[in-house]
Amino acid sequence: MTSFRVKDRGRVKADRPVRFSFDGVAYEGCEGDTVASALLANGVHLMGRGFKYHRPRGPVTAGSEEPNALIGTSRGVGRFEPNTRATVQEIYQGLTTESQNKWPSLKFDVGAINDRLYMLFSAGFYYKTFMWPRSFWDKVYEPFIRRAAGLGKAPVDVDPDHYASRYLYCDVLIVGAGPSGLAAALAAAQTGVNVVVVDEHAEMGGSLLSEPSVGINGKAAWDWLEATLDELGRLPNVRLMTRTTAIGYYHQNMIALCQKLTDHLAELPTDAPRERMWRVRAKQVVLGQGAIERPLVFDGNDRPGVMLASAAQTYLNRYGVKVGNRPVILTSHDSAWYAAFDLADAGAKVGAIVDTRNDIQAALMQQAKARGIETLTGHTATATSGRLRVKSVRVNPVRGGRVGKARTIDCDALLMSGGWTPSLHLFSHTKGSLHWDAEENVYLPGQQTEECHIAGAGRGLWGIAAVLEDGVKAGTAAVRALGHSCDAVRFDVSDDRTGNGVTHKELATDRSPGRAKAFIDFQNDVTAKDIRLAVREGMRSIEHVKRYTTNGMATDQGKMSNMNGLMIASDALQKEAPQVGLTTFRPPYTPTTFGTFAGYHKGSHFELTRKTPIDSWAEEHGAAFEPVALWRRAWYFPKAGETMHMAVSRECKATRESIGIFDASTLGKIEVSGPDAVEFMNRMYTNPWTKLAPGRCRYGLLLGEDGFIRDDGVIGRMRDDLFHVTTTTGGAARVLNMMEDYLQTEWPDLKVWLTSTTEEWATIALNGPNARKLLAPLVEGVDISADAFPHMSVAECTVAGFSSRLFRISFTGELGFEVNVPARHGRALWKKLMQAGRQYDICPYGTETMHVLRAEKGYIIIGQDTDGTVTPQDAGIGWAIGKAKPDFVGKRSLSRPDIVARDRKHLVGLLTDDPKIVLEEGAQIVTDPNQPLPMKMIGHVTSSYWSEALGRSIAMALVAGGHEKMDQTLYIPMPGHTVAAKVTGTVFYDPAGERLKVE
Amino acid sequence: MLLIHCPYCDDTLPELEFAYAGEAHIARPSDPSELSDEEWRDFLFIRSNARGVHAERWRHIHGCARYFNALRDTVSDKFLRTYKAGEPRPDTSVQEAVK
Amino acid sequence: MADIAHPTRLESLAGRAIGATGVMLTPAPAAHRVVLRADPREAEALSKALGLELPAAPKTSARTDTGRLIAWLGPDEWLIIDENGDPAADLAKAAALHSAVDISHRNTAILVTGKGARATVQGGCPQNLSERAFPVGSASRTVLGKIEVVILRTGAEEFRVECWRSFADYAFGVLSEAAKDCLA
Repeated sequence: MTSFRVKDRGRVKADRPVRFSFDGVAYEGCEGDTVASALLANGVHLMGRGFKYHRPRGPVTAGSEEPNALIGTSRGVGRFEPNTRATVQEIYQGLTTESQNKWPSLKFDVGAINDRLYMLFSAGFYYKTFMWPRSFWDKVYEPFIRRAAGLGKAPVDVDPDHYASRYLYCDVLIVGAGPSGLAAALAAAQTGVNVVVVDEHAEMGGSLLSEPSVGINGKAAWDWLEATLDELGRLPNVRLMTRTTAIGYYHQNMIALCQKLTDHLAELPTDAPRERMWRVRAKQVVLGQGAIERPLVFDGNDRPGVMLASAAQTYLNRYGVKVGNRPVILTSHDSAWYAAFDLADAGAKVGAIVDTRNDIQAALMQQAKARGIETLTGHTATATSGRLRVKSVRVNPVRGGRVGKARTIDCDALLMSGGWTPSLHLFSHTKGSLHWDAEENVYLPGQQTEECHIAGAGRGLWGIAAVLEDGVKAGTAAVRALGHSCDAVRFDVSDDRTGNGVTHKELATDRSPGRAKAFIDFQNDVTAKDIRLAVREGMRSIEHVKRYTTNGMATDQGKMSNMNGLMIASDALQKEAPQVGLTTFRPPYTPTTFGTFAGYHKGSHFELTRKTPIDSWAEEHGAAFEPVALWRRAWYFPKAGETMHMAVSRECKATRESIGIFDASTLGKIEVSGPDAVEFMNRMYTNPWTKLAPGRCRYGLLLGEDGFIRDDGVIGRMRDDLFHVTTTTGGAARVLNMMEDYLQTEWPDLKVWLTSTTEEWATIALNGPNARKLLAPLVEGVDISADAFPHMSVAECTVAGFSSRLFRISFTGELGFEVNVPARHGRALWKKLMQAGRQYDICPYGTETMHVLRAEKGYIIIGQDTDGTVTPQDAGIGWAIGKAKPDFVGKRSLSRPDIVARDRKHLVGLLTDDPKIVLEEGAQIVTDPNQPLPMKMIGHVTSSYWSEALGRSIAMALVAGGHEKMDQTLYIPMPGHTVAAKVTGTVFYDPAGERLKVE
Repeated sequence: MLLIHCPYCDDTLPELEFAYAGEAHIARPSDPSELSDEEWRDFLFIRSNARGVHAERWRHIHGCARYFNALRDTVSDKFLRTYKAGEPRPDTSVQEAVK
Repeated sequence: MADIAHPTRLESLAGRAIGATGVMLTPAPAAHRVVLRADPREAEALSKALGLELPAAPKTSARTDTGRLIAWLGPDEWLIIDENGDPAADLAKAAALHSAVDISHRNTAILVTGKGARATVQGGCPQNLSERAFPVGSASRTVLGKIEVVILRTGAEEFRVECWRSFADYAFGVLSEAAKDCLA
């Protein structure tokens, strides 16, 4: 295979060969090559297939805006990456790459039949085709669309890489290290402020890398670049970051950077993150993103070998690769003329420079003539030929709007330039306004919303001298805004290549435009004709045109297609471009891996798991766990061979008959202290607290101001001015926030302080008739006999030598105690209690048994039996309301008309006619199971269990008007059968509460 | 991600430390029992839903833990001013940027 | 109440320590901790009882030679950490109105030390921890990844990250991940 590598050109290291493969074929490139430049050096232009029509495609660009040359890269299991731009991916020894969107091979792709069925796939194809019959949608259309949709194949293995994150603050962030960015950096850095310069490429320099012939301050461009980077690199206040893309620009100068760290390395360093996401907060931002060249729109502008003139120039000057031996230039801008000159100087035989303009600078004409290049001014291109590589271009003169006789010029590369589009993507992220420059047909930055400065080609400037000067201006403005002044930085530029040009809609043609495949969006295969069709079919705004045609909706977000689409739409609508609009650019600037966004939030750090101090014991003893809020809690403790049902029944029985031990550490705990603590409690909770004596506790009910139940828990009065409040596990933070809110903003006069003690205490509940017998010998400092320490008592004492807060309370209906000890002693106390309880066959139980035992007693669980619309009356706990209190949070709402209405849903018990049937939680309830569908649902089952103590199933439900439906039979329709159940009260077990009174 | 000036810390800090807490300057009536059903409904549920300058409550929940008030432009998302709880709403004709 | 020297106590990060190039992560030794809430007008009397001036400015801390450290958390809230004496006992002697809640067991801490200490913490903390914005002696309640923490800068290359005990595994894990990348 002939080499297209040009000796002594480019920045790649010709003496450092790198071997890699593409579609199974081994190739050799040089260190510093991208996949695209290395393949082009081997004469390979064909790198992919179009998305819709599967037309053969080659690279059009040499940068991250590339729409065509998308490849898959892989390096072992889990390290496959689809849709990588070959123009960006650097090669390394052993890199494996493959083309996409083809079958069976890139050169012969069956899908290319779509190209012949062109009419089928025009704009709005999906909307028009997949309409009827309805039944076809699920079985035919959707599977078809899903198969056709998407580009590249998604990786299926777990990604073994890790991804880093970092927050960074700086004074000036400069995005883009081309001439404008570097000039801004030089100006800003001298003041000593903190400067960060980022560039998406492997090396800094931007357009200078492709323009070695320019002289700056008496030095050749590359020498100046090296000296400048060296100077900046030495400054302690400057951080230079390559392979780093600014992907999004957010409020208040927050910029997200994605830094690629290992995708270019042959050997992966141990532990090195693959990518690093920087969240930078900059006081000032300089955007030196440059401009992107626009393709020209004409029939056959997508064949491999047709590319942007600037790309050819970059391949030649930066990578030392000639993209062809017989290139033809097709342009409407001066810049492409220089590409022709550089290629001619490198030994290519330039077929012609075809310019759409009639009048060209004399200097350019002379230089072309000096090189013996034919120039065709006032010409258009009307077709190309060549299946896997362009072979010729058909050009015609245009005189007075009339397209003249065609002529065909042979070529192996067609280099086009339709002018330049300032890169304002990041500026658009800030919602900065753009204004239309009707002369140049470009959008330029207008009103700013952030502290940013745009420099260089982004403001429509052209030529290295102008851009450098503008960079200095931006850098100076940035540091001035920070209160610094800086010395003027001046540049003396020689051999600058200034120029200008014009822009076009589709190029004029002598053929039927309806047959032309003149592409605008190469990645989504949108043609000029599609845009015109969309307008004909009624689309008026560019946003509608975009969605109808998918123009600009591919992964490149229309970096190359938006402006051409707009020019054509505005022509079709006979409106000025600003009246047609401009679609919005959104982050990320270039496709970014999920890994980078996830950062450390994966695996065990994706969602954190809180564990109690006793969790390790439960794990050692084979507990099954369930998540409750962020906690994992022991669910049940199965013995060998036991099912969950068997384990829970055993745990329930043991607790009711002797003693059970339960880890209640996750309960929220709040220390409420201060001289006004009791007044505060009176105002927050529904219950009265004034008369609760120190040493006693009470069930507390918390409502929202709307009267609905928010939380509950047992609250102990430790001293006159100190309450130990407990909350539900999931409600701990919410309750504390709500209390702080009232305290800070409604009642700032109250002298009360709140402190979360949820995690200060480990809480162990002992329940069962033997609870006191077990505990009494271990307790010192308080008499816990039935008379001295009645139900709902609390005391500070020691238990097994640990200082503790001991509650006598019960959530099971049995004699119960809850021991709170400082958290780090929780496990030790648990073990001592287990040991002491051996004589009573003490049984550790989990949350499931806790749920069953409480349900047998009709105790509600907030969030299970309530759903944010349940009042105390609805839940049947109106007794918890201090009716004599003048006010408490939510009191006024309890007399609102809707709250006292009789048909509200009430919490009731349900007993199935068949005692063996355990209802499903969430099942819907009806009065008449024979009514026609859809049935009127009057409520749902909230809690449902097998009760070992009662030898039957029990359930609770929210039922409309339930309190007035006692003893009525209701129905729960299930798939295939209907369950009948009788409405009852909610207390199923020991309604008189005798079991609490064990001596 | 916004930066928010906490009037208690006198510092401008990342939004991640803050939590939004609804519209500001809606005081809980000192004696709710005196309110009609309609008045109480309005207190509970009716909010201004402003397009433009909006007085709202924020809490420096993962910082000094104080509730404070802010004037924020709901169109641009920008904070115009933050001020301590209990202070009157600043004159919005002064469109002064937050420090 | 804290009885931190009890032999059966279980440390949430027991045995965990990692050293990466440029940074060390170690669980902090056991300490008494108290959350003090009081009207700042009572600061003088409380400072006297504690033998150390309560810091009055946001983001600051104060410390004694004997290892007592007080961090400003809010206008009426301080975190007191002491590896030796019990601050709660000292505060009990103060006549000034206040709330002192023992949280010795609620919190735990990770010490992050070394050249890459700041970068490591900055891997999950959105606050500006540069020398300029967060000099030695600074203290702030803030965020680390998905959890709330109190970060104290105890030295140019030394940070103390305080969190609730059940969040310690997460904090240690995220800091370990960030530590691998701290020299960048």
